[in-house]
Amino acid sequence: MFEAPVLSLSNITVAFGALKAVHDVSLKLRLGERRAVLGPNGAGKTTLFNAITGSTRASSGRVVFEGVDMTRMSPQRRAHLGVARTFQITNLFAELSVLENMRLAARGLSWRKFSLMGRDRLSHTEAAQVEAALAASHLVGREATVVREMSYGEQRQLEVAMALVGTPRMLLLDEPAAGLSPAERTHVAAIIRNLPRNLTVVLIEHDMDLALGLVDSVTVMQNGRVIVEAAPDEIRNHPLVQEVYLGKPHGVGEAEQEGRANAHTV
Amino acid sequence: MIRILSPVLIGIAALAPLVLPTYFVSVATQILIFAVLAMAVDLLAGFTGRTPLCHGAIFGTSAYVTIYAASVVGWPIGLAMLTGILAATCLAMVFGLLAVRTSGVYFLLLTLALGLIVWGVCLRWTEITGGENGLRAQLREDLGLSTRQLYVAVLVTVLCATAAMWRLVRSPFGLTMRGIKEGEGRMASLGYDVTLHLLIAFTASGFFAGVAGALYAVFNDFASPSIVQLSSSVQGLLMAIVGGVGTLFGGFVGAFVIIAMEQTVSAFTERWPTVLGLTFILMMIFAPEGVVGKARLLLKR
Ligand SMILES: Nc1ncnc2c1ncn2[C@@H]1O[C@H](COP(=O)(O)OP(=O)(O)O)[C@@H](O)[C@H]1O
Ligand SMILES: [Mg+2]
Repeated sequence: MFEAPVLSLSNITVAFGALKAVHDVSLKLRLGERRAVLGPNGAGKTTLFNAITGSTRASSGRVVFEGVDMTRMSPQRRAHLGVARTFQITNLFAELSVLENMRLAARGLSWRKFSLMGRDRLSHTEAAQVEAALAASHLVGREATVVREMSYGEQRQLEVAMALVGTPRMLLLDEPAAGLSPAERTHVAAIIRNLPRNLTVVLIEHDMDLALGLVDSVTVMQNGRVIVEAAPDEIRNHPLVQEVYLGKPHGVGEAEQEGRANAHTV
Repeated sequence: MIRILSPVLIGIAALAPLVLPTYFVSVATQILIFAVLAMAVDLLAGFTGRTPLCHGAIFGTSAYVTIYAASVVGWPIGLAMLTGILAATCLAMVFGLLAVRTSGVYFLLLTLALGLIVWGVCLRWTEITGGENGLRAQLREDLGLSTRQLYVAVLVTVLCATAAMWRLVRSPFGLTMRGIKEGEGRMASLGYDVTLHLLIAFTASGFFAGVAGALYAVFNDFASPSIVQLSSSVQGLLMAIVGGVGTLFGGFVGAFVIIAMEQTVSAFTERWPTVLGLTFILMMIFAPEGVVGKARLLLKR
Protein backbone atom coordinates (compact mmCIF):
# COMPACT_ATOMS: atom_id res chain seq x y z
CA MET A 1 0.00 0.00 0.00
CA PHE A 2 1.33 3.43 -0.88
CA GLU A 3 1.67 5.75 2.07
CA ALA A 4 2.61 9.41 1.72
CA PRO A 5 5.52 10.30 3.98
CA VAL A 6 4.80 12.42 7.06
CA LEU A 7 8.00 14.34 6.63
CA SER A 8 9.90 14.67 3.42
CA LEU A 9 13.17 16.57 3.19
CA SER A 10 14.54 17.11 -0.30
CA ASN A 11 18.08 18.30 -0.84
CA ILE A 12 18.27 20.38 2.34
CA THR A 13 21.39 22.47 2.64
CA VAL A 14 22.06 24.86 5.53
CA ALA A 15 25.12 27.04 5.04
CA PHE A 16 26.79 29.27 7.62
CA GLY A 17 29.08 31.31 5.42
CA ALA A 18 31.38 28.84 3.73
CA LEU A 19 30.46 26.02 6.11
CA LYS A 20 27.70 23.71 4.96
CA ALA A 21 26.47 22.44 8.32
CA VAL A 22 23.84 20.39 6.48
CA HIS A 23 24.76 19.38 2.96
CA ASP A 24 22.17 18.12 0.47
CA VAL A 25 20.20 15.96 2.89
CA SER A 26 17.08 14.13 1.74
CA LEU A 27 14.98 11.82 3.85
CA LYS A 28 11.45 10.58 4.31
CA LEU A 29 9.60 9.49 7.43
CA ARG A 30 6.50 7.30 7.57
CA LEU A 31 3.62 7.95 9.96
CA GLY A 32 4.58 6.62 13.38
CA GLU A 33 8.14 5.88 12.33
CA ARG A 34 10.87 6.23 14.91
CA ARG A 35 14.12 7.39 13.46
CA ALA A 36 17.47 7.89 15.12
CA VAL A 37 19.92 10.42 13.76
CA LEU A 38 23.45 9.49 14.75
CA GLY A 39 26.79 11.06 14.03
CA PRO A 40 29.78 12.70 15.68
CA ASN A 41 29.67 16.17 17.20
CA GLY A 42 29.40 18.83 14.55
CA ALA A 43 27.88 16.42 12.02
CA GLY A 44 24.93 18.78 11.52
CA LYS A 45 22.23 16.90 13.43
CA THR A 46 20.98 19.86 15.45
CA THR A 47 21.15 22.11 12.41
CA LEU A 48 19.02 19.60 10.54
CA PHE A 49 16.44 19.80 13.36
CA ASN A 50 16.56 23.58 13.16
CA ALA A 51 15.86 23.43 9.44
CA ILE A 52 12.86 21.18 10.10
CA THR A 53 11.42 23.34 12.91
CA GLY A 54 12.29 26.67 11.30
CA SER A 55 14.69 27.91 13.98
CA THR A 56 17.12 28.18 11.08
CA ARG A 57 15.97 28.47 7.47
CA ALA A 58 17.35 26.03 4.95
CA SER A 59 19.59 27.74 2.41
CA SER A 60 18.14 25.47 -0.24
CA GLY A 61 15.92 22.41 -0.51
CA ARG A 62 12.35 21.73 0.57
CA VAL A 63 10.72 20.69 3.85
CA VAL A 64 7.30 19.12 3.33
CA PHE A 65 5.28 18.02 6.36
CA GLU A 66 2.05 16.08 5.82
CA GLY A 67 1.84 17.39 2.29
CA VAL A 68 2.38 21.04 3.31
CA ASP A 69 5.49 22.82 2.09
CA MET A 70 6.79 24.60 5.17
CA THR A 71 10.24 25.51 3.90
CA ARG A 72 9.59 29.25 4.34
CA MET A 73 7.33 29.10 7.39
CA SER A 74 8.15 30.63 10.78
CA PRO A 75 8.79 28.26 13.71
CA GLN A 76 5.44 29.12 15.28
CA ARG A 77 3.51 28.24 12.10
CA ARG A 78 5.29 24.90 11.98
CA ALA A 79 4.40 24.31 15.63
CA HIS A 80 0.77 24.91 14.70
CA LEU A 81 1.07 22.21 12.04
CA GLY A 82 2.11 19.73 14.75
CA VAL A 83 5.90 19.88 14.86
CA ALA A 84 7.32 19.81 18.39
CA ARG A 85 10.89 19.61 19.57
CA THR A 86 13.17 19.49 22.56
CA PHE A 87 16.49 21.28 22.74
CA GLN A 88 19.95 19.80 23.13
CA ILE A 89 20.89 22.65 25.45
CA THR A 90 18.12 22.78 28.02
CA ASN A 91 15.84 25.61 26.96
CA LEU A 92 13.24 26.03 29.67
CA PHE A 93 11.71 29.02 31.43
CA ALA A 94 14.08 28.80 34.37
CA GLU A 95 12.43 31.34 36.67
CA LEU A 96 8.95 29.85 36.22
CA SER A 97 7.47 26.81 37.92
CA VAL A 98 7.01 23.46 36.22
CA LEU A 99 3.29 24.11 35.96
CA GLU A 100 3.84 27.56 34.43
CA ASN A 101 6.21 26.03 31.89
CA MET A 102 3.56 23.46 31.08
CA ARG A 103 0.86 26.12 30.82
CA LEU A 104 2.91 28.01 28.28
CA ALA A 105 3.44 24.80 26.36
CA ALA A 106 -0.25 23.87 26.53
CA ARG A 107 -1.48 27.27 25.38
CA GLY A 108 1.00 27.74 22.56
CA LEU A 109 -1.50 26.50 20.02
CA SER A 110 -4.68 27.97 21.49
CA TRP A 111 -6.31 31.38 21.33
CA ARG A 112 -6.39 31.59 25.10
CA LYS A 113 -2.83 32.84 25.11
CA PHE A 114 -4.21 36.18 23.90
CA SER A 115 -6.45 36.60 26.94
CA LEU A 116 -5.32 39.87 28.51
CA MET A 117 -7.74 39.99 31.41
CA GLY A 118 -8.69 36.35 31.93
CA ARG A 119 -7.53 34.12 34.74
CA ASP A 120 -4.36 32.15 34.27
CA ARG A 121 -6.00 28.74 34.45
CA LEU A 122 -6.05 25.86 32.03
CA SER A 123 -9.20 24.54 30.40
CA HIS A 124 -10.24 21.01 31.34
CA THR A 125 -8.79 19.56 28.16
CA GLU A 126 -5.53 21.44 28.59
CA ALA A 127 -5.28 20.43 32.24
CA ALA A 128 -5.78 16.81 31.25
CA GLN A 129 -3.11 17.11 28.57
CA VAL A 130 -0.66 18.65 31.03
CA GLU A 131 -1.35 15.93 33.55
CA ALA A 132 -0.84 13.21 30.95
CA ALA A 133 2.41 14.77 29.70
CA LEU A 134 3.74 15.15 33.24
CA ALA A 135 2.81 11.56 33.98
CA ALA A 136 4.48 10.34 30.78
CA SER A 137 7.62 12.25 31.79
CA HIS A 138 7.56 11.09 35.43
CA LEU A 139 7.12 14.60 36.82
CA VAL A 140 3.85 14.26 38.71
CA GLY A 141 4.05 16.07 42.05
CA ARG A 142 6.71 18.53 40.86
CA GLU A 143 4.27 21.13 39.50
CA ALA A 144 5.09 23.88 42.00
CA THR A 145 8.87 23.55 41.73
CA VAL A 146 10.75 26.40 40.10
CA VAL A 147 12.66 24.98 37.15
CA ARG A 148 15.95 26.58 38.16
CA GLU A 149 15.85 24.53 41.37
CA MET A 150 15.35 21.15 39.68
CA SER A 151 18.07 18.62 38.98
CA TYR A 152 19.47 18.50 35.46
CA GLY A 153 17.83 15.13 34.91
CA GLU A 154 14.40 16.47 35.82
CA GLN A 155 14.94 19.46 33.55
CA ARG A 156 15.58 17.06 30.67
CA GLN A 157 12.33 15.26 31.53
CA LEU A 158 10.50 18.59 31.50
CA GLU A 159 11.94 19.31 28.05
CA VAL A 160 10.15 16.20 26.80
CA ALA A 161 6.96 16.91 28.75
CA MET A 162 6.67 20.39 27.23
CA ALA A 163 7.10 19.06 23.71
CA LEU A 164 4.44 16.41 24.32
CA VAL A 165 1.70 18.53 25.79
CA GLY A 166 0.32 20.08 22.62
CA THR A 167 -0.29 16.55 21.25
CA PRO A 168 2.14 17.04 18.37
CA ARG A 169 2.13 14.92 15.23
CA MET A 170 5.89 14.77 15.00
CA LEU A 171 8.37 15.00 17.86
CA LEU A 172 12.04 15.88 17.43
CA LEU A 173 14.19 14.94 20.42
CA ASP A 174 17.68 16.47 20.46
CA GLU A 175 19.90 14.34 22.72
CA PRO A 176 17.27 13.98 25.45
CA ALA A 177 19.57 11.76 27.52
CA ALA A 178 22.78 13.76 27.14
CA GLY A 179 24.57 14.36 30.40
CA LEU A 180 22.33 12.05 32.43
CA SER A 181 23.33 9.29 34.83
CA PRO A 182 22.82 5.69 33.65
CA ALA A 183 19.70 5.39 35.81
CA GLU A 184 18.26 8.58 34.39
CA ARG A 185 19.04 7.44 30.85
CA THR A 186 17.02 4.28 31.38
CA HIS A 187 14.26 6.55 32.61
CA VAL A 188 14.34 8.69 29.46
CA ALA A 189 14.50 5.58 27.27
CA ALA A 190 11.32 4.33 28.95
CA ILE A 191 9.64 7.69 28.36
CA ILE A 192 10.48 7.52 24.66
CA ARG A 193 9.48 3.88 24.34
CA ASN A 194 6.07 4.61 25.81
CA LEU A 195 5.26 7.49 23.47
CA PRO A 196 2.06 7.00 21.46
CA ARG A 197 2.68 4.71 18.48
CA ASN A 198 1.10 7.09 15.94
CA LEU A 199 3.53 9.85 16.90
CA THR A 200 6.41 10.19 14.45
CA VAL A 201 9.62 10.55 16.43
CA VAL A 202 13.11 11.62 15.40
CA LEU A 203 15.78 11.07 18.02
CA ILE A 204 19.26 12.54 18.01
CA GLU A 205 21.36 10.54 20.41
CA HIS A 206 25.04 10.08 21.01
CA ASP A 207 24.71 6.80 22.85
CA MET A 208 24.28 4.21 20.13
CA ASP A 209 23.14 1.46 22.50
CA LEU A 210 20.37 3.64 23.84
CA ALA A 211 19.25 4.85 20.41
CA LEU A 212 19.29 1.53 18.58
CA GLY A 213 16.96 -0.06 21.11
CA LEU A 214 14.31 2.60 20.55
CA VAL A 215 13.98 3.13 16.81
CA ASP A 216 12.83 1.50 13.56
CA SER A 217 15.42 3.12 11.34
CA VAL A 218 18.68 5.02 11.57
CA THR A 219 20.26 7.88 9.68
CA VAL A 220 23.96 8.49 10.21
CA MET A 221 25.40 11.90 9.41
CA GLN A 222 28.93 13.14 9.02
CA ASN A 223 30.16 16.56 7.90
CA GLY A 224 26.61 17.64 7.09
CA ARG A 225 25.87 14.68 4.82
CA VAL A 226 23.85 11.52 5.32
CA ILE A 227 26.32 8.67 4.94
CA VAL A 228 24.18 5.71 5.98
CA GLU A 229 20.48 5.01 6.22
CA ALA A 230 19.67 1.56 7.54
CA ALA A 231 17.78 -0.58 10.04
CA PRO A 232 19.12 -0.54 13.62
CA ASP A 233 20.53 -4.06 13.49
CA GLU A 234 22.61 -3.23 10.42
CA ILE A 235 24.17 -0.16 11.98
CA ARG A 236 26.67 -1.51 14.46
CA ASN A 237 28.55 -3.60 11.95
CA HIS A 238 28.23 -1.18 9.08
CA PRO A 239 31.74 -0.39 7.82
CA LEU A 240 31.02 3.31 7.28
CA VAL A 241 29.53 3.68 10.75
CA GLN A 242 32.51 1.95 12.30
CA GLU A 243 34.79 4.26 10.44
CA VAL A 244 32.94 7.35 11.68
CA TYR A 245 32.61 6.22 15.26
CA LEU A 246 35.95 4.55 15.71
CA GLY A 247 38.17 6.34 13.28
CA LYS A 248 39.85 4.48 10.48
CA PRO A 249 41.51 1.41 12.07
CA HIS A 250 45.10 1.31 10.81
CA GLY A 251 46.38 -2.04 12.01
CA VAL A 252 44.20 -1.91 15.09
CA GLY A 253 43.04 -5.37 16.20
CA GLU A 254 39.39 -6.36 16.49
CA ALA A 255 39.61 -6.69 20.27
CA GLU A 256 40.96 -3.21 20.76
CA GLN A 257 38.28 -1.79 18.47
CA GLU A 258 35.65 -3.53 20.59
CA GLY A 259 37.16 -1.98 23.71
CA ARG A 260 37.09 1.51 22.23
CA ALA A 261 33.53 1.00 21.11
CA ASN A 262 32.54 0.21 24.67
CA ALA A 263 34.38 3.21 26.02
CA HIS A 264 32.38 5.30 23.63
CA THR A 265 28.97 4.11 24.65
CA VAL A 266 29.24 3.79 28.42
CA MET B 1 1.46 39.82 59.96
CA ILE B 2 2.71 41.54 56.83
CA ARG B 3 -0.42 40.53 54.99
CA ILE B 4 -2.58 42.28 57.56
CA LEU B 5 -0.27 45.23 58.13
CA SER B 6 0.44 46.19 54.53
CA PRO B 7 -3.17 46.92 53.44
CA VAL B 8 -3.59 49.05 56.56
CA LEU B 9 -0.39 50.98 55.85
CA ILE B 10 -1.34 51.41 52.20
CA GLY B 11 -4.78 52.65 53.24
CA ILE B 12 -3.25 55.19 55.62
CA ALA B 13 -0.75 56.34 52.98
CA ALA B 14 -3.52 56.78 50.42
CA LEU B 15 -5.78 58.76 52.74
CA ALA B 16 -3.11 60.79 54.58
CA PRO B 17 -2.99 63.55 51.93
CA LEU B 18 -6.59 64.38 52.81
CA VAL B 19 -5.43 65.88 56.11
CA LEU B 20 -1.95 67.08 55.07
CA PRO B 21 -1.20 70.62 53.82
CA THR B 22 -2.04 71.17 50.14
CA TYR B 23 1.62 71.19 49.12
CA PHE B 24 1.90 67.55 50.18
CA VAL B 25 -1.39 66.74 48.48
CA SER B 26 0.05 68.00 45.20
CA VAL B 27 3.21 65.96 45.66
CA ALA B 28 1.15 62.87 46.49
CA THR B 29 -0.97 63.38 43.36
CA GLN B 30 2.18 63.60 41.28
CA ILE B 31 3.53 60.42 42.89
CA LEU B 32 0.36 58.51 42.01
CA ILE B 33 0.48 59.69 38.38
CA PHE B 34 4.12 58.77 37.95
CA ALA B 35 3.53 55.42 39.64
CA VAL B 36 1.25 54.56 36.71
CA LEU B 37 3.96 55.61 34.27
CA ALA B 38 6.53 53.52 36.14
CA MET B 39 4.23 50.49 36.12
CA ALA B 40 3.60 50.95 32.39
CA VAL B 41 7.38 50.86 31.89
CA ASP B 42 7.59 47.81 34.13
CA LEU B 43 5.09 45.93 31.94
CA LEU B 44 7.73 45.96 29.24
CA ALA B 45 10.98 46.07 31.21
CA GLY B 46 9.99 43.67 33.96
CA PHE B 47 7.67 41.27 32.22
CA THR B 48 8.85 41.00 28.61
CA GLY B 49 12.49 41.86 29.30
CA ARG B 50 12.47 44.82 26.86
CA THR B 51 13.64 48.05 28.48
CA PRO B 52 12.06 51.06 26.77
CA LEU B 53 13.34 54.64 26.75
CA CYS B 54 10.39 56.28 25.02
CA HIS B 55 7.67 56.22 27.65
CA GLY B 56 8.16 59.86 28.54
CA ALA B 57 7.33 60.67 24.93
CA ILE B 58 4.21 58.50 24.99
CA PHE B 59 3.15 59.95 28.34
CA GLY B 60 3.84 63.49 27.11
CA THR B 61 1.96 62.95 23.85
CA SER B 62 -1.12 62.03 25.84
CA ALA B 63 -0.73 65.18 27.96
CA TYR B 64 -0.27 67.41 24.88
CA VAL B 65 -3.25 65.93 23.06
CA THR B 66 -5.45 66.15 26.16
CA ILE B 67 -4.65 69.82 26.70
CA TYR B 68 -4.93 70.64 23.01
CA ALA B 69 -8.28 68.90 22.63
CA ALA B 70 -9.71 70.50 25.76
CA SER B 71 -8.35 74.03 25.60
CA VAL B 72 -7.83 74.67 21.87
CA VAL B 73 -10.51 72.49 20.29
CA GLY B 74 -12.78 72.94 23.27
CA TRP B 75 -13.86 69.35 23.84
CA PRO B 76 -15.16 68.24 27.24
CA ILE B 77 -12.27 67.25 29.50
CA GLY B 78 -13.27 63.60 29.75
CA LEU B 79 -13.37 63.27 25.97
CA ALA B 80 -10.09 65.15 25.68
CA MET B 81 -8.42 62.74 28.11
CA LEU B 82 -9.73 59.73 26.21
CA THR B 83 -8.37 61.25 23.00
CA GLY B 84 -5.01 61.75 24.69
CA ILE B 85 -4.96 58.14 25.82
CA LEU B 86 -5.96 56.97 22.35
CA ALA B 87 -3.19 59.05 20.78
CA ALA B 88 -0.65 57.58 23.20
CA THR B 89 -1.87 54.06 22.47
CA CYS B 90 -1.62 54.56 18.70
CA LEU B 91 1.83 56.12 19.05
CA ALA B 92 2.92 53.15 21.17
CA MET B 93 1.62 50.78 18.52
CA VAL B 94 3.67 52.52 15.85
CA PHE B 95 6.75 52.52 18.09
CA GLY B 96 6.09 48.88 18.83
CA LEU B 97 5.89 47.97 15.14
CA LEU B 98 9.31 49.52 14.67
CA ALA B 99 10.99 48.32 17.86
CA VAL B 100 9.77 44.88 18.91
CA ARG B 101 11.95 42.96 16.50
CA THR B 102 14.99 44.22 18.36
CA SER B 103 16.06 43.46 21.91
CA GLY B 104 18.61 44.40 24.53
CA VAL B 105 20.57 47.57 23.97
CA TYR B 106 19.25 47.90 20.41
CA PHE B 107 15.71 48.09 21.72
CA LEU B 108 16.82 50.66 24.28
CA LEU B 109 18.51 52.84 21.66
CA LEU B 110 15.76 52.49 19.08
CA THR B 111 13.06 53.51 21.55
CA LEU B 112 15.29 56.35 22.70
CA ALA B 113 15.53 57.60 19.12
CA LEU B 114 11.76 57.31 18.63
CA GLY B 115 11.21 59.35 21.77
CA LEU B 116 13.59 62.02 20.51
CA ILE B 117 11.52 62.38 17.35
CA VAL B 118 8.44 63.18 19.45
CA TRP B 119 10.45 65.72 21.42
CA GLY B 120 11.65 67.32 18.17
CA VAL B 121 8.10 67.52 16.84
CA CYS B 122 6.81 69.10 20.04
CA LEU B 123 9.59 71.66 19.93
CA ARG B 124 9.26 72.59 16.25
CA TRP B 125 5.58 72.25 15.43
CA THR B 126 4.95 75.60 17.05
CA GLU B 127 1.45 76.28 15.66
CA ILE B 128 0.06 73.21 17.41
CA THR B 129 2.34 72.62 20.38
CA GLY B 130 3.36 76.17 21.21
CA GLY B 131 7.00 75.22 20.75
CA GLU B 132 9.18 75.99 23.74
CA ASN B 133 6.37 77.91 25.41
CA GLY B 134 4.24 74.80 25.53
CA LEU B 135 0.48 74.64 25.93
CA ARG B 136 -1.39 76.04 28.88
CA ALA B 137 -4.89 75.29 30.09
CA GLN B 138 -7.13 75.58 33.13
CA LEU B 139 -8.54 72.09 33.11
CA ARG B 140 -8.59 71.78 36.86
CA GLU B 141 -10.35 75.09 37.23
CA ASP B 142 -12.87 74.15 34.53
CA LEU B 143 -13.59 70.97 36.40
CA GLY B 144 -14.04 72.94 39.58
CA LEU B 145 -11.85 70.56 41.58
CA SER B 146 -9.92 71.57 44.66
CA THR B 147 -6.44 70.11 45.18
CA ARG B 148 -7.85 67.51 47.54
CA GLN B 149 -10.74 66.60 45.25
CA LEU B 150 -8.33 66.18 42.37
CA TYR B 151 -6.21 63.91 44.54
CA VAL B 152 -9.19 61.68 45.21
CA ALA B 153 -10.15 61.59 41.52
CA VAL B 154 -6.57 60.70 40.56
CA LEU B 155 -6.39 58.11 43.34
CA VAL B 156 -9.52 56.35 42.08
CA THR B 157 -8.30 56.38 38.46
CA VAL B 158 -4.85 55.16 39.46
CA LEU B 159 -6.32 52.33 41.52
CA CYS B 160 -8.41 51.24 38.53
CA ALA B 161 -5.39 51.38 36.21
CA THR B 162 -3.31 49.45 38.75
CA ALA B 163 -5.98 46.78 39.08
CA ALA B 164 -6.10 46.45 35.28
CA MET B 165 -2.31 46.10 35.05
CA TRP B 166 -2.31 43.57 37.89
CA ARG B 167 -5.00 41.58 36.06
CA LEU B 168 -2.92 41.82 32.88
CA VAL B 169 0.28 40.42 34.37
CA ARG B 170 -1.69 37.61 36.06
CA SER B 171 -3.56 36.68 32.87
CA PRO B 172 -2.59 34.04 30.31
CA PHE B 173 -1.07 36.90 28.33
CA GLY B 174 0.95 37.92 31.38
CA LEU B 175 2.45 34.44 31.51
CA THR B 176 3.18 34.72 27.79
CA MET B 177 5.10 37.94 28.47
CA ARG B 178 7.17 36.26 31.17
CA GLY B 179 7.81 33.35 28.83
CA ILE B 180 9.12 35.75 26.20
CA LYS B 181 11.44 37.30 28.77
CA GLU B 182 12.80 33.88 29.70
CA GLY B 183 13.20 32.34 26.27
CA GLU B 184 12.01 33.62 22.91
CA GLY B 185 13.27 30.66 20.89
CA ARG B 186 11.34 28.23 23.02
CA MET B 187 8.20 30.36 22.78
CA ALA B 188 8.36 30.29 18.98
CA SER B 189 8.80 26.54 18.90
CA LEU B 190 5.75 26.22 21.17
CA GLY B 191 3.68 28.13 18.63
CA TYR B 192 3.86 31.71 19.94
CA ASP B 193 4.28 34.60 17.54
CA VAL B 194 6.75 36.48 19.73
CA THR B 195 6.67 39.66 17.62
CA LEU B 196 2.89 39.89 17.78
CA HIS B 197 2.81 39.34 21.53
CA LEU B 198 5.48 41.96 22.06
CA LEU B 199 3.52 44.40 19.93
CA ILE B 200 0.42 43.82 22.05
CA ALA B 201 2.45 44.25 25.24
CA PHE B 202 4.02 47.45 23.91
CA THR B 203 0.62 48.86 22.95
CA ALA B 204 -0.91 47.96 26.32
CA SER B 205 2.04 49.56 28.07
CA GLY B 206 1.58 52.68 25.94
CA PHE B 207 -2.10 52.77 26.87
CA PHE B 208 -1.25 52.95 30.57
CA ALA B 209 1.49 55.53 29.97
CA GLY B 210 -1.25 57.46 28.16
CA VAL B 211 -3.55 57.22 31.18
CA ALA B 212 -0.77 58.70 33.30
CA GLY B 213 -0.22 61.46 30.73
CA ALA B 214 -3.90 62.43 30.59
CA LEU B 215 -4.02 62.64 34.38
CA TYR B 216 -0.85 64.70 34.35
CA ALA B 217 -2.43 67.14 31.87
CA VAL B 218 -5.26 67.85 34.30
CA PHE B 219 -2.92 67.95 37.30
CA ASN B 220 -0.31 70.20 35.71
CA ASP B 221 -2.43 72.30 33.31
CA PHE B 222 0.67 72.69 31.21
CA ALA B 223 2.48 70.66 28.58
CA SER B 224 5.96 71.63 27.38
CA PRO B 225 8.74 69.84 25.50
CA SER B 226 10.36 69.01 28.85
CA ILE B 227 7.69 66.36 29.56
CA VAL B 228 8.40 64.48 26.31
CA GLN B 229 12.16 64.78 26.46
CA LEU B 230 14.57 61.98 27.25
CA SER B 231 14.95 62.82 30.93
CA SER B 232 11.24 62.19 31.36
CA SER B 233 11.60 58.69 29.86
CA VAL B 234 14.67 58.08 31.98
CA GLN B 235 12.82 59.14 35.09
CA GLY B 236 9.94 56.75 34.36
CA LEU B 237 12.42 53.93 33.86
CA LEU B 238 14.37 54.83 37.02
CA MET B 239 11.18 54.77 39.06
CA ALA B 240 10.43 51.28 37.76
CA ILE B 241 13.98 50.16 38.53
CA VAL B 242 14.14 51.73 41.98
CA GLY B 243 10.80 50.17 42.90
CA GLY B 244 11.84 46.81 41.50
CA VAL B 245 11.59 45.65 37.91
CA GLY B 246 9.05 42.89 37.48
CA THR B 247 7.20 43.68 40.71
CA LEU B 248 4.60 46.04 39.19
CA PHE B 249 3.66 47.67 42.55
CA GLY B 250 7.26 48.74 42.89
CA GLY B 251 6.17 51.61 40.62
CA PHE B 252 4.52 53.28 43.62
CA VAL B 253 7.66 52.93 45.72
CA GLY B 254 9.91 54.14 42.93
CA ALA B 255 7.71 57.14 42.17
CA PHE B 256 7.55 57.99 45.88
CA VAL B 257 11.31 57.71 46.41
CA ILE B 258 12.30 59.72 43.36
CA ILE B 259 9.68 62.46 43.65
CA ALA B 260 10.18 62.82 47.42
CA MET B 261 13.93 63.05 46.86
CA GLU B 262 13.52 65.55 44.06
CA GLN B 263 11.33 67.77 46.23
CA THR B 264 13.76 67.59 49.14
CA VAL B 265 17.00 67.92 47.20
CA SER B 266 15.72 70.75 45.00
CA ALA B 267 15.22 72.83 48.14
CA PHE B 268 18.97 72.72 48.83
CA THR B 269 20.75 72.40 45.52
CA GLU B 270 20.38 72.83 41.80
CA ARG B 271 22.18 69.56 41.24
CA TRP B 272 19.18 67.24 41.32
CA PRO B 273 20.26 65.31 38.18
CA THR B 274 23.63 64.59 39.81
CA VAL B 275 21.97 63.34 42.97
CA LEU B 276 19.60 61.23 40.87
CA GLY B 277 22.51 59.73 38.96
CA LEU B 278 24.41 58.89 42.15
CA THR B 279 21.31 57.35 43.72
CA PHE B 280 20.85 55.22 40.68
CA ILE B 281 24.44 53.98 40.75
CA LEU B 282 24.23 53.13 44.46
CA MET B 283 20.94 51.37 43.83
CA MET B 284 22.43 49.27 41.04
CA ILE B 285 25.35 48.27 43.26
CA PHE B 286 23.51 47.51 46.49
CA ALA B 287 19.96 46.60 45.48
CA PRO B 288 19.66 45.97 41.74
CA GLU B 289 16.38 44.15 42.40
CA GLY B 290 14.82 47.42 43.62
CA VAL B 291 13.11 48.23 46.90
CA VAL B 292 10.17 45.88 46.50
CA GLY B 293 12.36 43.18 44.98
CA LYS B 294 14.80 43.45 47.88
CA ALA B 295 11.99 43.34 50.43
CA ARG B 296 10.61 40.19 48.81
CA LEU B 297 14.03 38.52 48.95
CA LEU B 298 14.44 39.44 52.62
CA LEU B 299 10.96 38.18 53.48
CA LYS B 300 11.61 34.85 51.77
CA ARG B 301 14.54 34.12 54.08
N1 LIG C 1 24.38 29.36 14.12
C1 LIG C 1 25.53 28.84 13.63
N2 LIG C 1 26.44 29.64 13.05
C2 LIG C 1 27.59 29.13 12.54
N3 LIG C 1 27.92 27.84 12.59
C3 LIG C 1 27.04 26.98 13.16
C4 LIG C 1 25.81 27.44 13.72
N4 LIG C 1 25.13 26.38 14.22
C5 LIG C 1 25.93 25.31 13.99
N5 LIG C 1 27.06 25.66 13.36
C6 LIG C 1 28.11 24.75 12.93
O1 LIG C 1 27.53 23.76 12.14
C7 LIG C 1 28.10 22.50 12.37
C8 LIG C 1 27.05 21.52 12.77
O2 LIG C 1 26.60 21.81 14.08
P1 LIG C 1 25.43 21.01 14.78
O3 LIG C 1 24.27 20.94 13.86
O4 LIG C 1 25.20 21.64 16.11
O5 LIG C 1 26.07 19.58 14.96
P2 LIG C 1 25.59 18.36 15.86
O6 LIG C 1 24.27 18.67 16.43
O7 LIG C 1 25.56 17.20 14.92
O8 LIG C 1 26.65 18.17 16.91
C9 LIG C 1 29.18 22.73 13.43
O9 LIG C 1 30.42 22.86 12.78
C10 LIG C 1 28.78 24.01 14.08
O10 LIG C 1 29.89 24.70 14.58
MG1 LIG D 1 23.69 18.83 18.36
